[in-house]
Amino acid sequence: MTDQVWITGIGLVSSLGEGPEAHRAALAGGQPVVDEAGFAPFPIHPLPALDLDRQIPKKGDQRQMEPWQRLGTYAAGLAIDHAGARGLVSDMHLIVAAGGGERDTALDEAICAEIAALPPEEGARLLNERLAGGLRPTLFLAQLSNLLAGNISIVHGVTGSSRTFMGEESAAADAVRIAAARLTEGRAKGGAHIALVGGAYVAGRWDMLLLYAASGQLWRGPWAPVAARQAAGGGLVTGSAAAFLVLETESHARARGATGIARLGPVRTAAARRRGADSAEAAAAALAQGLPLRPGYAVISGATGAAVPTGAEAGFLAGLREAGPAQGPVRQTADLIGHAVEAAFPANLALGALAVQAGEAPQALVTGFGAWRGEALALMEAI
Amino acid sequence: MTQSNSRASGATRDHLGRPIVAVTGIGLVTPLGIGVEESWAGLLAGRSGIRRITRFPTEHLKTTIAGQVDLPEEAGHGPLTSPGRVERMAALAAEEAIAGAGIGRKGAFPGPLFLGMPPVEVEWPQRLDLARGGVGAEGSKYPALIAAATGRTELFEGALFGGVGERLADRFGTRGAPIEITTACATGASAIQLGLEAIQRGEADAALCLGAEGSVQPEALIRFSLLSALSTRNEDPARASRPFEKTREGFVMSEGAAALVLESLESARARGATVLGLVLGAGERADSFHRTRSNPDGGAIIGAMRAAIADAGLEPGQIDYVNAHGTGTPENDKMETLGMRAVFGEGCPPISSNKSMIGHTLSAAGAIEAVFSLLTIRDQRLPPTINHETPDPAIPLDVVPNVARDARVQRVLSNSFGFGGQNVCLVLGAAA
Repeated sequence: MTDQVWITGIGLVSSLGEGPEAHRAALAGGQPVVDEAGFAPFPIHPLPALDLDRQIPKKGDQRQMEPWQRLGTYAAGLAIDHAGARGLVSDMHLIVAAGGGERDTALDEAICAEIAALPPEEGARLLNERLAGGLRPTLFLAQLSNLLAGNISIVHGVTGSSRTFMGEESAAADAVRIAAARLTEGRAKGGAHIALVGGAYVAGRWDMLLLYAASGQLWRGPWAPVAARQAAGGGLVTGSAAAFLVLETESHARARGATGIARLGPVRTAAARRRGADSAEAAAAALAQGLPLRPGYAVISGATGAAVPTGAEAGFLAGLREAGPAQGPVRQTADLIGHAVEAAFPANLALGALAVQAGEAPQALVTGFGAWRGEALALMEAI
Repeated sequence: MTQSNSRASGATRDHLGRPIVAVTGIGLVTPLGIGVEESWAGLLAGRSGIRRITRFPTEHLKTTIAGQVDLPEEAGHGPLTSPGRVERMAALAAEEAIAGAGIGRKGAFPGPLFLGMPPVEVEWPQRLDLARGGVGAEGSKYPALIAAATGRTELFEGALFGGVGERLADRFGTRGAPIEITTACATGASAIQLGLEAIQRGEADAALCLGAEGSVQPEALIRFSLLSALSTRNEDPARASRPFEKTREGFVMSEGAAALVLESLESARARGATVLGLVLGAGERADSFHRTRSNPDGGAIIGAMRAAIADAGLEPGQIDYVNAHGTGTPENDKMETLGMRAVFGEGCPPISSNKSMIGHTLSAAGAIEAVFSLLTIRDQRLPPTINHETPDPAIPLDVVPNVARDARVQRVLSNSFGFGGQNVCLVLGAAA
């Protein structure tokens, strides 16, 4: 029989704080932490204060990173600790869902001020000069997407393999899907038994706000919950968060006496073109075919707040209710931690795993509806 | 060995009981030409694709040379931004590979897409364009840039990581969610590895694996330059990329794309497809030593090479040729030589570097070099390492110096070692 996959470790950081307890408490009725002023007119969920030394002990390592890589490396360490897997890192497989690291926005602004109005040839020559003189070599490494994984290898010693998926929300869902598939494929000789998978997102960044503002999907003005945004055309409130999960075959976890937090069932992903009949709702409905849902299953909703995918998700969940079995509570986690892009799906898996572990529901169905593309479902069960 | 016996008898499973994976289509875009045959002919002729950068002014740059692909649609217009170049070159390579494979229907490829590509972002031409819309002293600040960008969906979709994959998936009608991967200089090999694994797991009968790179632009060049990674032999571009040679001093940035149509051997045979070669195995190992340097013990590089050979069910002695990572940095020369000696001992097979001619195509390199490896097997001819003028006594390897030569080649190990410690090796073999 094929080995099952357990989640044996969770490293979770958001604006609410870090660790399972802070997030359990918030799910039970907490309030979001919002910064409406720092990046006005866009509200964001800020980074919490982190004691970085606990997970990234060398100052030299911290200096080689910017906040995004530090956050992810920190959360990855929390997950390894939570799984009690420090001794297993040399053969641990790693898949990170990554965005881009921080640009030097002050340099960007200075260069724009100096050369935007110049004739193109003259501007191009000066651009070279200003970049060559102004860019810091270390910032390149801090900006490289694959260097979050690189830093996790360097700081925590995870060296079984290292892959970095790109593609916003869906990169994370596919990272989890493929990590789980590698664990269960039964590749006996030297095969994978334990994997670390996740992502991180820092919301308080002008460079990322520029990208998402171009979509026209960012929410402006005072914070409002996802549901309340819909009447006004919807909108994203991005949230700083990192979530890493230690995935492990059941047999491997049992053999080393590790506690399973939840069983990771099917993880399914799709990419609807979102035009005509190829809608996000239809894609998700197809993914849900044959899922072994049981009465009272909780939904950890990955609704982003953006109008089209949020509407599609609502339609999908309504269809699921109609088809039965009875749906349990639906939690829109973007109301608590914001939309954390590459970290959103892993964070929701973490919250779902904690919910089933606490006996709040027999199963947790995690949904992912990317702001632009990408649909994903995962089902978690209590052990 | 059991594997070769099983293949000879027409079996379609490998030594671990997995479906054997065939390559039925290949496509290339390199600085030596658009298309497989033009690129391969240039490589066998020992021609360099490196030249002075003409795409943008190079004043104030320490390195002013690169491998460049001139896209037909750029003639008379400004150059495309990186994501645009990546998408265009990936599409050209994929069209060639799919046509060659004769697989699926037009716009309906029967499997998933795995795309190795660089991270992309809003670039300087766009940023400056936004700044020109700003007013006053605050007009060049990010809030003003954002105000000018708001609602420009083409800017958003153009710079999203998932955008390139989505448009390629749409164009070629691949199935499921497209996967974009980056593992630095191992990216192209990682894309092939993902496709290989998907077929081995039985998730798909076919996969479209692409590696593409289009980062020859000022900021990317300056960033690599600041890491002291690039050759500055600007006065003689064709001789600048000198892997495994005593006077090498860095790599030469380049661009291009490769595409491979992978299929289970069983489904390739069932539809009567021509099998160009097999992907026999893949191995990977991450390094935890340093962001831009390997552990001096070479553990991760050696581990990845050995893992690939073992994954293929082979012994090192059964590898006939190694397609080197061969960037031309002193660091890579040292570490790859160490890896070769550790894995193969005294009897190292010949090893040559395609990058001596096409430069380092970064995210595309692993895929381009996999295609060249298959062509090496097809033509039984080893491409050279050019610019080999002063041998380095510390590199006791047969690097196929300067001139291509015939050889019996059934199995090739293709190495890809990345910044950030991400190492991936592939073993490619002749069709049974």
